[in-house]
Amino acid sequence: MLHKRLCVLALLLLCVCVAGYLLLGSRGNWGFVLSFRGNKLVALLLVAVSVSTATVLFQTVTQNHILTPAIMGFDALYLLILSVSVFVLGAQQFVHLSETGRFLLNTTLMMGAALMLFGTLLGRARSDLFRMILTGIIFAGLFRSITGFIQRMIDPNDYVVVQFSSFARFSRINLPLLAIAAALTFAGCFAAWRMRHRLDVLALGSDAATNLGVNPREGMFQVLFVVSVLVSVSTALVGPLAFLGLLVVSVARQITPTETHGLLLPSAALVCAITLVGGQLVLEHLLNLNTPLIVVVDMIGGLVFLGLLLRRKRR
Amino acid sequence: MIVVTDLSHDRDGVATLKNINLSIERGGVTALIGPNGAGKSTLLSLMSRLLPIQRGTIMVDDLQIGRCPNDVLARKLAILPQSNDTAPLLTVRELVSFGRYPYHKGRPDQRDREKVEEAIVALGLQPLAERRLDSLSGGQRQRAQVAMTFAQDTDYVLLDEPLNNLDIAASRSLMAVLQELARNHDRTIVIVLHDINYAAAYADRIVAMKDGQIVASGSPDEVLTETLLWTVFETNPKVHRIGAKVMVQV
Ligand SMILES: Nc1ncnc2c1ncn2[C@@H]1O[C@H](COP(=O)(O)OP(=O)(O)O)[C@@H](O)[C@H]1O
Ligand SMILES: [Mg+2]
Repeated sequence: MLHKRLCVLALLLLCVCVAGYLLLGSRGNWGFVLSFRGNKLVALLLVAVSVSTATVLFQTVTQNHILTPAIMGFDALYLLILSVSVFVLGAQQFVHLSETGRFLLNTTLMMGAALMLFGTLLGRARSDLFRMILTGIIFAGLFRSITGFIQRMIDPNDYVVVQFSSFARFSRINLPLLAIAAALTFAGCFAAWRMRHRLDVLALGSDAATNLGVNPREGMFQVLFVVSVLVSVSTALVGPLAFLGLLVVSVARQITPTETHGLLLPSAALVCAITLVGGQLVLEHLLNLNTPLIVVVDMIGGLVFLGLLLRRKRR
Repeated sequence: MIVVTDLSHDRDGVATLKNINLSIERGGVTALIGPNGAGKSTLLSLMSRLLPIQRGTIMVDDLQIGRCPNDVLARKLAILPQSNDTAPLLTVRELVSFGRYPYHKGRPDQRDREKVEEAIVALGLQPLAERRLDSLSGGQRQRAQVAMTFAQDTDYVLLDEPLNNLDIAASRSLMAVLQELARNHDRTIVIVLHDINYAAAYADRIVAMKDGQIVASGSPDEVLTETLLWTVFETNPKVHRIGAKVMVQV
């Protein structure tokens, strides 16, 4: 009951942020301002929902509360794919691909690669948290060094393109692209929501899940599939978001300390949306800063990650 | 009835179970005893599809393990594995409620809630019902786990060393609950026990294992002899008989 009320409260807060973001300090042509900001707002909300959902799902199947797909090497994978695309196609070709084409290419490549990465991570070492973190870090290192190698072979002029896409940016995104991203995000979140009771059981661990009639391998595969769709879409849309998921899900767990996915999924999505929209509102309209929001989020998120790792007593 | 036929199992290339044939009748408490590494946990895990079967078959009534749907089996047989450190942030009541999942798949009704209450009462967990698992002692947590298995309401209940961490009062009351379930509710209990005296006092049948094989099975009176204890455990305690009761001096 209390949790439901908190969620309603968060929803209100989100509405305030949204209204503030759309209206604050806007002068001149309303139609233009609203469509410009509305477009960015939709992107922020899509990213919020997919990042938080992917993180919750990932934490459920890995049975811990400090890992996220990004930390486990996914961001490095994104940069690798980006560099390889630019290297193979050349920056000219790469930039001239339609935005939608580039998005679809990125998403498809990343989904395939993500499935392989997460499948490997969870295949053997799952019972051992530290072995899993280590594997993730080693993968990330491997991806980074290959990326570095490729970047040395890229024409310096082309390299600018890679560098530009290496940070998450919530700039204006064209409409067809936004529509595709929205459809994929919606499909992923719908699948996660349909699974919510099964996720509760999967979170108990594979023996307990089997005992309760839930096939853990099947469940894990479905979850990882949804996770790779969601992270690929959000990363292809705006770029890598290293610690965002971890930060918002940790905060959501503090606010609604529950293991029930029916509550945790919406509460994490709300926290994430408030963080992104509210953060962008403050940075862009109140402080008039041009710093990408993600830089601030990453700094706080990184500290939270360290804190969790050091404080980790249970499990 | 659980019927195990020609069951063999290798772990890391080492033969853990060697051609086991065993049938466990319906009803009653069957205790599985044997030294560490005898293969008791492996046998229980295979019976409850926690491990995939390599060779041989296991039937639970008309269900073949590995062939029948997972959720059908979950309403027929429950397992409490040896080590379980499930979700420390759940409350006792939340954990016990999961026992009803095979029936309601996430949407509990009145009957499910009653069964949960019944399980909480049966294991004396009322005062702890709202406490989180990570705030309980090992023994209390163990009781919460057993309560979840109880709420699952299955004909067959397999428990792997559930008395670990329990004091004498909790051990005796758990064994009494299991015995009552078997006697009055027609449940079949298979339980791995380390303390042979608990097996002697509460089990209707004892199955002794060693090196992946079954060495003896029968009533406590038949199985618990000084010769057998020597064969199985390679130690020679005195066995006392008081009427039909057997006691092993430790
Ligand atoms: N997870 C495992 N992986 C590999 N071998 C195992 C594993 N668990 C147990 N074993 C081996 O299987 C054999 C039987 O173990 P187990 O069934 O746990 O015995 P018990 O429960 O009777 O003590 C032992 O030799 C043990 O080393
Ligand atoms: Mg064992």
